[in-house]
Amino acid sequence: MDTEALERQFQARIDADERIEPKDWMPDAYRRALIRQMAQHAHSEIVGMLPEGNWITRAPTLKRKAILMAKVQDEGGHGAYLYSATETLGVTRGQLIDELLDGRARYSSIFNYPTPTWADVGAIGWLVDGAAIMNQIPLCRCSYGPYARAMVRICREESFHQRQGYDIMLQLARGSDAQRRMAQQALDRWWWPALMMFGPPDADSKHSAQSMRWKVKRFSNDELRERFIEFTTPQAEYLGLVIPQGEIDWSEFRDVLDGHGPCNRERLAARRRAHDQGRWVREAALAHAAKREARLREAV
Amino acid sequence: MSTQREWPLYEVFIRARGGLDHKHVGSIHAADARMAIEHARDVYTRRQEGISIWVVKSSEIVASDPAEADALFEPARDKVYRHPTFYDIPDEVKTL
Repeated sequence: MDTEALERQFQARIDADERIEPKDWMPDAYRRALIRQMAQHAHSEIVGMLPEGNWITRAPTLKRKAILMAKVQDEGGHGAYLYSATETLGVTRGQLIDELLDGRARYSSIFNYPTPTWADVGAIGWLVDGAAIMNQIPLCRCSYGPYARAMVRICREESFHQRQGYDIMLQLARGSDAQRRMAQQALDRWWWPALMMFGPPDADSKHSAQSMRWKVKRFSNDELRERFIEFTTPQAEYLGLVIPQGEIDWSEFRDVLDGHGPCNRERLAARRRAHDQGRWVREAALAHAAKREARLREAV
Repeated sequence: MSTQREWPLYEVFIRARGGLDHKHVGSIHAADARMAIEHARDVYTRRQEGISIWVVKSSEIVASDPAEADALFEPARDKVYRHPTFYDIPDEVKTL
């Protein structure tokens, strides 16, 4: 069959809401677009551990510390699910991590912002994980089977993340004036970056149309952003906090994506350091496994 | 960076509760099988999703080719008489 016929057949399967599985024929462009998106998603989970990990040793109580560790561990797990789903497309995790570390691959712009106070941890859970859920729920029905299945697991776990964040905000909102002020300032800091997580306005979103045709994406950036604002506004009111008014500054979004956000360099440096410092462990584990296997063979 | 050999990939199967089959849940990188089980525990059962784990090297899985799906599965398609609903049994006849 020629490529054109295969592509027609492929699109017909997508239109019929069938799922595409790893060994099925798929257009190169579909494979490449998925690798790009899924790897970017996996990297975001891993880099996303850093801003919150920053607060594990300083969480205000043992309960909060246990919760935060569980959340950060979940993010690591989500990265692992997503790398493994991406590997079904014929790339290795090693290649993907190399692309992250040498700056070729992107991750969500949101993780390039700092977490100066404990309230930022609350705001991240409430807003950043809230926006992530809004983006991710439609992905549970995405046309690529392994991605959709990974997203089902992730969404199930993500709901705890959002609620624990809101719970932190709630406690601050019910606290002293200083605590309420801290909560408001965190909301002010995270509101715009959270809205940017939905991506550029529809008119400027270069991958959107094709992604919709392939049913990788099901709603437009602006649709999801509007829905997020609609859901979040009453939640802020309940906290007695005020949502910042104004417009999204898209030049800030572009700057952060281009590597000029407040923490881009710090985040990548932290990932590189972790990768380099873990190298001997990865090598030693392989050497140990090889030795044990050799001994086992001798014993037979 | 990429010159380093990667830990091999294992497919992970989890039994959620006694009485259920092990079900494929995803994959995991590990230096050996024991480590694959430990990593699978950390990655796939953080919320009591399982009571038993199988891991098998991904390279050991032999899979059918989607291109031969017709040859493999088409022969079952016209054998509706293999299903109980194929047979019309009069209402008067009970417990059949």
